[in-house]
This record gives sequence, structure tokens and C-alpha cells, in this order.
Amino acid sequence: MTASETNEAERQARRAAAMAVLAHCCTEEIAERLGGIALPAHEDVREAENGLVMVRGRIGGDGAPFNLGEATVSRAAVRLASGEVGFGYALGRDREKARMIALCDALLQSDAAADAVEAKVIGPLRAAISERRGRKAAETASTKVDFYTMVRGEG
Amino acid sequence: MTTIAELPAGFADKVRSAQSTFRAVMEAMARPGSVQRVVAAVGTPAPIMRGTAAIALTLFDHDTPIWLDPKMSETSEVAKWLKFHTSAPVVADSSICSFALIGEASALPDFVQFALGTNEYPDRSTTLVVQVKDLTRGEVYELRGPGIYGSAVLQATIEPKNLFERLAINEVLFPRGIDVVLVADDAIVAIPRTTRLVGRGG
Repeated sequence: MTASETNEAERQARRAAAMAVLAHCCTEEIAERLGGIALPAHEDVREAENGLVMVRGRIGGDGAPFNLGEATVSRAAVRLASGEVGFGYALGRDREKARMIALCDALLQSDAAADAVEAKVIGPLRAAISERRGRKAAETASTKVDFYTMVRGEG
Repeated sequence: MTTIAELPAGFADKVRSAQSTFRAVMEAMARPGSVQRVVAAVGTPAPIMRGTAAIALTLFDHDTPIWLDPKMSETSEVAKWLKFHTSAPVVADSSICSFALIGEASALPDFVQFALGTNEYPDRSTTLVVQVKDLTRGEVYELRGPGIYGSAVLQATIEPKNLFERLAINEVLFPRGIDVVLVADDAIVAIPRTTRLVGRGG
């Protein structure tokens, strides 16, 4: 792989990782973080819109696929003045969230803003999510019941 | 960088723009020969005019096959733009399309190449969106038909010169036929299949 290909692959991986973080954040959190950085001029290529996607499922991971039902999805596409186009998809009908995710995606592709977005938006949000998950896991763990004694009691 | 970096934007305000454009097209269809204006702000890939772009974003969707004339399909810009914003399929077979976009009106193909509908479903016909030079100056056309009180006068510079003579096919085919929307920049004029030319002058 050439250096530019490696670079491109890294950039794609960074975008994917950022999307994974942003999808789990609420609109207010993203808006608050985005407010902290200077945003370059941008326009909506695709104005944020709502739609439906069919969710497919399979029992146990290897059963026959079936259509579980439809879920609402919002999507948007934003273009920076410098030409980078970002795409945002989010579950639910929150158009503003999809638009902000698209904006973050575009910013992550621009050399000028990528590091600032990574440090001031994606990083803190990632920390907040892992803290939330850690707390939830700890709360769940504290209610763990050990069935060992009950099984032994029977015998 | 993504390949759609140069793609022109769609409507700035999707809902209102689509509503006002729909209204303009409906008025144009209801009053054949009258000039309606498209006010919506819209991005335009060359050689699409503002009116054509607004009509495309308002009426096209995944259920409406689109046919592009050679001028429109000169570059892949128009097809890409339509695909991104409307998700309408662009087809090579003009006889199954719901809409045909005509950029080079002087080379307008024969109408029998388009869908003319069936007697059971006359609505399953092609609507031609034809880009012309001017819809306010030029030759005078006198029109009659449903939606016109007495007769309507349309002053326009239209290619091909014999457009209305060719549209006489609608008389023979009725209720099947071809509906035409003429576009010049932001001006639109509809010539539905029931409209007949009764006189013309310079």
C-alpha cells in the first residue's frame, strides 16, 4: 500500500469511528461541542429530511433473515466552502442531529479543521459515552445475583 | 474527497419550494398558454434551467423513470444530480419514461417514441419538459381548449418551429397523448394534450 492509500484508509477509519460516537450522542451534546469551535462557511447539499428504513433481523445471528419493521431515519449532506462533502444519517426524526453529524463528517475530511473537531467534539463526546456505559455497567453489575448457592441447595 | 463535491445543491427550503413549484405547474396546466414563474431558489447542473430543476425536484421520485435527450446526457452531471436529489431512475428507453427532459428542443424526437398512455390508463404517458429560448417574446400562438376562456395568446420563441403541428397527434390519439411543459429560465408554460393551436402570427 502506498503512503497516500494508507493515509486515505486512516482517514476513512477516523470518519467511521467519529460516526459511531456521534450516532450515540443527543443533539444538545453535539450542538454544545460544535459551538466551541469556529465553523467554516458551509451549505446544505441535501437539506435534512426524514425517511424510513426497513430493519431486518435474524434469530440467533444465523437464522433466516426477516423484516422486523420500519425505523425512522434522518439524513443530510453538507458541503464546506472548501469543497468537502459530509454525510449524516441518524436514527429517529431529529433532522438537526443528522445535519450536525454531516457537518462533523465534512469537517473531519478538511485538513484545516479535522484536528480541532477530533479534539474538541469527538474526543469529549467519546469520553462521555464511555463514562455513561461504564456507569451503567457498574450499576448492572451491583445487582448481579449469584445462583451458585441456590443450585447447590437443591442438591 | 467525495465525487459529489461539485454537485449543485437542491432546493434551499425543500418543503416550501416544492409546494410553490407544484402550485406553479398546476396553475400552468390548468390555464394552458399562461406564463407561470418558478420562484424557488435551486441549484442547476448545466444545461438545466432553473424552471426545469425546480420541476425535477418537485415531481420526480423513484417511481418516475426519466429520459434525457442527448444534450442533457452530454455529461453525466444531470443524471448524477437527478439521482442524488430525486432518486429517480434515468432510463435509456424513452417509451417507458414518465418525464423526458429535452435540452435541445430543435432535435425533439418523434412523439411516438415516448409513452402515450393506454386507453385504460391515459395518464401513463410521458410529460415532456422542453427547454426553449423565450416565453415572452417572439411568434404569437393562439390557443384554445379546456382551461382557456375563449382563446389564449402565447408569445414565445419555440424550437422546433412545428411543435404545435406535431402536437396535433394528440387530437387523433385522445384520450392518449403527450403533455408538454415549456421552460425558459424561470418561466413555465404548459401545453396539455387537450390544447389546440387555432392561429399563429409573427
